[in-house]
Amino acid sequence: MTGAPAGGTAPVAVDLRGWGWRHGGRHAWALRGVDLRLEPGERVLLLGPSGAGKSTLLTALAGLLDASSGGEQEGTLTLDGRPAAEVRSRAGLVMQDPEAALVMARAGDDVAFGLENRGVPTEAIWQRVDEALHAVGFPYGRDAPTAALSGGEQQRLALAGIVALRPGLLLLDEVTANLDPDGAALVRAALAVVLDATGATAVVVEHRVEQVVDLVHRAVVLEPGGGVAEDGPPAEVFDQVGARLAARGVWVPGHRPLVRRRAPSTTGPALVRADRTAFRYPAADRAALAATDLTLCAGEAVALTGPNGAGKSTLALCLAGLLRPTGGEVVPEPALDPPQPARPLWRWRGRDLVTRVGTVFQDPEHQLVASTVRRELLVGPRQAGASDAAAGQRADELLERLGLARLAAANPFTLSGGEKRRLSVATAIATAPRVVVTDEPTYGQDALTWAALAGLLADLRDGGCALLTVTHDEDLVDAIADRRVTLVRSTADQGSP
Amino acid sequence: MSVLVPLAPDPDAALSRRNPVAKLTAAGIVTVAMLVSLDPVTPAVLLVIEAAAMPFSGVRLGTLLRRSWPLLLGIGGVVVANLIAVQGGEVLVEIGPVDVTTEAVESAAAVALRLLALTLPGIVVLAATDPMDLADALVQRWRVPARFAYGALAALRLLPLLSADWHMIGRARRARGLDAGWSPVGRLRAFTGQVFAVLVAAVRRGVRLAAAMDARGFATTGVERTIARPQPMQPADWALVAGTAAAVALAVAVSVALGTWRPPFG
Amino acid sequence: MTTTTRTSHPTTGPDATASWRTVDVVVAAAIGVAFGVVFWGWNSLWNVLEPAFASYPPGRAFLYGMWLVPAVLGALVVRKRGAALFTELVASLVSAVLGTSWGLFVLAYGLVEGAAAELVFALALYKSWRLPVALGAAAAAGGAAALLDLAFYYPDWAGDWQVVYAALVVASSTLLAGLGSWLLVRALARTGVLAPFGSGREQSRV
Repeated sequence: MTGAPAGGTAPVAVDLRGWGWRHGGRHAWALRGVDLRLEPGERVLLLGPSGAGKSTLLTALAGLLDASSGGEQEGTLTLDGRPAAEVRSRAGLVMQDPEAALVMARAGDDVAFGLENRGVPTEAIWQRVDEALHAVGFPYGRDAPTAALSGGEQQRLALAGIVALRPGLLLLDEVTANLDPDGAALVRAALAVVLDATGATAVVVEHRVEQVVDLVHRAVVLEPGGGVAEDGPPAEVFDQVGARLAARGVWVPGHRPLVRRRAPSTTGPALVRADRTAFRYPAADRAALAATDLTLCAGEAVALTGPNGAGKSTLALCLAGLLRPTGGEVVPEPALDPPQPARPLWRWRGRDLVTRVGTVFQDPEHQLVASTVRRELLVGPRQAGASDAAAGQRADELLERLGLARLAAANPFTLSGGEKRRLSVATAIATAPRVVVTDEPTYGQDALTWAALAGLLADLRDGGCALLTVTHDEDLVDAIADRRVTLVRSTADQGSP
Repeated sequence: MSVLVPLAPDPDAALSRRNPVAKLTAAGIVTVAMLVSLDPVTPAVLLVIEAAAMPFSGVRLGTLLRRSWPLLLGIGGVVVANLIAVQGGEVLVEIGPVDVTTEAVESAAAVALRLLALTLPGIVVLAATDPMDLADALVQRWRVPARFAYGALAALRLLPLLSADWHMIGRARRARGLDAGWSPVGRLRAFTGQVFAVLVAAVRRGVRLAAAMDARGFATTGVERTIARPQPMQPADWALVAGTAAAVALAVAVSVALGTWRPPFG
Repeated sequence: MTTTTRTSHPTTGPDATASWRTVDVVVAAAIGVAFGVVFWGWNSLWNVLEPAFASYPPGRAFLYGMWLVPAVLGALVVRKRGAALFTELVASLVSAVLGTSWGLFVLAYGLVEGAAAELVFALALYKSWRLPVALGAAAAAGGAAALLDLAFYYPDWAGDWQVVYAALVVASSTLLAGLGSWLLVRALARTGVLAPFGSGREQSRV
């Protein structure tokens, strides 16, 4: 067994034989016939297209698949020879969204939570809390309020919470997916430290493979509804099946999805102008957005970048007329054909806004208002006053174009992440607005959806829309942006990408 | 987004350091007392005692009054309702079709005093108690199952997130052209739509949070959960409860001595 | 080569007498928290009118049912013993925290209203989660709330006024909290978010 640190728990051996799982209420099996063996201390990267059951496998290894939810299991899955559900304390699962996983209001209490659950004696708790916080490089003390932490800090806190429990098996489910590049780098560094220090066995799922490929010894490719398709050292696996995986949407290093670039031509007239726009929450000690000037012109794609907390989403909402600035104003230019000239956007009626500015929110579920996918696409045009026939035609057109035709009668909430994202973009453009504002459109998407979205956004820009994209995604900026605006916490500076 | 700023009392004040369940018990005693005393004298005496104890709570009276205007407005409304609706006794004033009688004035005064005496401890206790301490105290002193206390505490963490969701959903609906407009029917429809969407968000977040808690060993049967932050009952806590009971007894005694005490159905 | 051992459970899920899972507790509490937000949103919507409402009780009684939705909805979603009481308690706690400025007093209401709804679900032996039970629970909660109001706010009203008030509150609750909650649960189930619960699995397999 690889070296276990003094006082820690030894790394775990994982064994799956013919293992399969079917979720309650589903016809198809998530995974079937999985044969996999991990030696103690081995680190594995799980790959596969969306829906390949990677999260399901991690949840199963953590012993958390709930048979009482109506699911069905086949074969065996053991940690050190015992079923995973019996030895949950040997595994530690860190999930994608740290904000959703915060349990307590203060950092130290959050880490102590896991220790309390496992019955660690009171005298030993706080020492282990301090050790864990130190191990992940958490920059604050025990009393730091968790709500005020940045994404990277929250994720490191989540890692500390698991590390404190000294698991022999570390399970990492897309832990950097929701983070900005700085946060992701810090978390990755913390992971490297923790993995080396504990020598634990690890199973990692990560979209952005290049972040973690140096940390793992082995890559395993999963087949949706099936078992293990490939298994070997990462370099070999990428060589042999990299192209095929990339074609199915996996982010394989060296296989970038291509989006054709149009050479930048003269941009059209200005459509919306933000004039020293600033925003401050009531009773906040600093402005969420410092006074910023930004003009959106037809046929131009602007990428809004910057660290978290710089006010990117705030500026985007102000430009979309959905947030009233506390300083400065956002006014339409004549080319936008405003109902009343010079009336600031936040004062417009929804009916007028929807035909001129389309907004795609960070969380697609916030925008869903109807009971079927097709009806979602009818809402905007109907509100704008289109006839039923015209609206229906437009809806069918969009369904085809975005590959959602077979889902027309489904409830929008039941769609997968990528499908909901495409639907939210479709609803925003259904009324053919001239300005389109999107907030993190490529968040956590697989390569296929990414390419589809990037292509769609490029088409919008080519078609004469003014496009504003708030994003951390450098690839997206490279692919479609004509101009890049970087917000810093108190000023904005502009330049080409 | 506007979330009301909490009352934030002085953390070193005597009341803040008391055990949360002691505080809860004290507030409960006052509530029960007010439930059974319908006269104006009992609450009046109790209010005097409460006001005298205010300096120990760490909440400044001025701040309290400023923050309490919705409460005072609400009580004002109830007072008006009673002035209009209660009949009996001599008519004092006639305002249009409404007769305001002496009984009405007495009743309204009694209700106002009761509500004030009743809500004041509740407000102060709420402000002076940290939710985590309350959860710990409930589990350790009142044997509330940890599952419920900490499950609810964790869900409380979702409050700022769900608040933000609520506002985002409102904005998204406007972006889709679904303005509330000014008509009550329109507003109601928009409101219902928002409620539905935020419920979906709440269930989604709840399921994810529950998974995270389980991943950290929350639901394990067979393991005795330990305590990171002990919440003992100290002599001062017992003193708080006893003192509140004594204050209530005194108020009732005074009222009985003056012959004004009125229980319900009496 | 491999021996297949299947462990499967019927798709109707655990019944109400089983103990609460973490997801049951947290989602019930989350529903309570969401309604705390909703109440706050409602109050901001009608802020100016609130004191007018309080002084014209029939107006307030008309919309009273909304405050009782968490009790019925929580029970219908989670389908466990004590869900009605728990959810309503959490909703009133959040309401208190968010600053209706009435403080812990609203907790007393939450306790009694939730308990009343809980009683009806208990009388149904926690086996039925259909519309009649929902309506009954809502009516009971409304009745309890009306009693509290009459005790604290309007003790000296004439008997028949008190009855009219109580009737209005009960009617509002039955409609908004009874029928409304039942419709809400069905709509929620259609979105698929209720998959971990029995209430969500009465949909057909995907």
